[in-house]
Amino acid sequence: MKKRVGVLALQGAFREHRQVLERLGCEVIEVRTISDLEGIHGLIIPGGESTTIGKLLQINEMGEKIKELGTQDLPIFGTCAGMIVLSKTIIDSNQYRLNLMDTVVERNAFGRQVASFETELHVPAMGPNPLPAVFIRAPYLREVAPNVGILAEYEGKIVFARQGNLLASAFHPELTPDLRVHKYFLAMIDEH
Amino acid sequence: MTDIGSLKVKTGLAEMLKGGVIMDVTTPEQAIIAEEAGACAVMALERVPSDIRAEGGVARMADPTIIQSIMAVVSIPVMAKARIGHFVEARILEALGADYIDESEVLTPADDSYHIDKHDFKVPFVCGCRNLGEALRRIGEGAAMIRTKGEPGTGNVVEAVRHMRTVMSEIRALTLMPKEELMSAAKNMGAPYDLVLYIAEHGKLPVVNFAAGGIATPADAALMMQLGCDGIFVGSGIFKSGDPKARAKAIVLATTHFKDAKMLAEISKGLGQAMSGIEISTLKDSERMQDRGW
Repeated sequence: MKKRVGVLALQGAFREHRQVLERLGCEVIEVRTISDLEGIHGLIIPGGESTTIGKLLQINEMGEKIKELGTQDLPIFGTCAGMIVLSKTIIDSNQYRLNLMDTVVERNAFGRQVASFETELHVPAMGPNPLPAVFIRAPYLREVAPNVGILAEYEGKIVFARQGNLLASAFHPELTPDLRVHKYFLAMIDEH
Repeated sequence: MTDIGSLKVKTGLAEMLKGGVIMDVTTPEQAIIAEEAGACAVMALERVPSDIRAEGGVARMADPTIIQSIMAVVSIPVMAKARIGHFVEARILEALGADYIDESEVLTPADDSYHIDKHDFKVPFVCGCRNLGEALRRIGEGAAMIRTKGEPGTGNVVEAVRHMRTVMSEIRALTLMPKEELMSAAKNMGAPYDLVLYIAEHGKLPVVNFAAGGIATPADAALMMQLGCDGIFVGSGIFKSGDPKARAKAIVLATTHFKDAKMLAEISKGLGQAMSGIEISTLKDSERMQDRGW
């Protein structure tokens, strides 16, 4: 059966996730309203501005619905802004969040845009080859609870983590041709 | 092997702004209103385009104090404008840590023949265009994001529509041309050949394309999105309107839900007075900002 994967399409780089998922044979639903969430097997929260996405999630209580699905084991993958929105604690901010992952996230943790960078990460769960990673005004996880698995660090900072059905990256796998991160998320959907 | 300020991270930030609204602000208070309304970035300015238009004189880069005071109060990206060709203003903005530079026709051009060599900067640039050739020249110079020029500070969307339609139809035309026609097409539109080949093959610009110049209502924003742009710049349209908070929020919502007419109807209700606009034909040639740029 073809997997139906939702990509939250309120604001940000949702098109790139869509293209990667389609290349991997998924049916992709652009999620703009609550009804778009029906029948999906997984959800990606893309990069964008986390404050903007947070505001738009509050319209018609869509955020609360996603939160409910997340606690009911729907696999959710957040990249960059998505990582921020998934976290329970956001340093120095009271912005809206889904409050799902037991993580403490720091926004713009590597500096402003002029400090944005491309690098390669060592990610044991993705095999021996380094993973190309694009960091854009990126966050990182300053602290994680014991039930959160750390998948990758960059210069001692946690940039990729998983907590059960929830996956979060500080970088943008949708901007590189390497498909391993999305394949990993699709494998999570198979498990759930 | 870490690469700071690569083309990928420059264009990448623009990808993250997609589906969002970038708002002109002149004070920290306005910047906070914009962020609260859901803006994906702000443009820090000394005067909005309609005031520049009304007051006349030479319009320059904003005082760094204004830009820094705005950077201090918001967590979203802060953009700032440099004059066309004024690479020193751009260096100053880069040193200040501006997240994006708009090499903008809203300011008085500093160079009447050449734009900035934008490849030479770590900070990304956005530039205006009226047609595909102009867009591709700017991308060739290193722009990581494009916007239509429209006619800034008029509250009249007609020029933004014209420019967006022109770019889109010129893109479609290239995709239908046999390869042997593409070199002449490049010559005729004054565009780099490699970028013309890219458009012919992919049917889209290699960077994000926003709409700007005259957007004043949620319906204007949704119109531009339906015409195929990736996001919206609103200049004077918000803080020159009767109720900036409500209008800013409404334009953000309309940019996300641009295809949903029922929702747009709700969003458009009770926003107070829109900025009073200017009919384009009443502008003198010297007042047309869109004609600046080469």
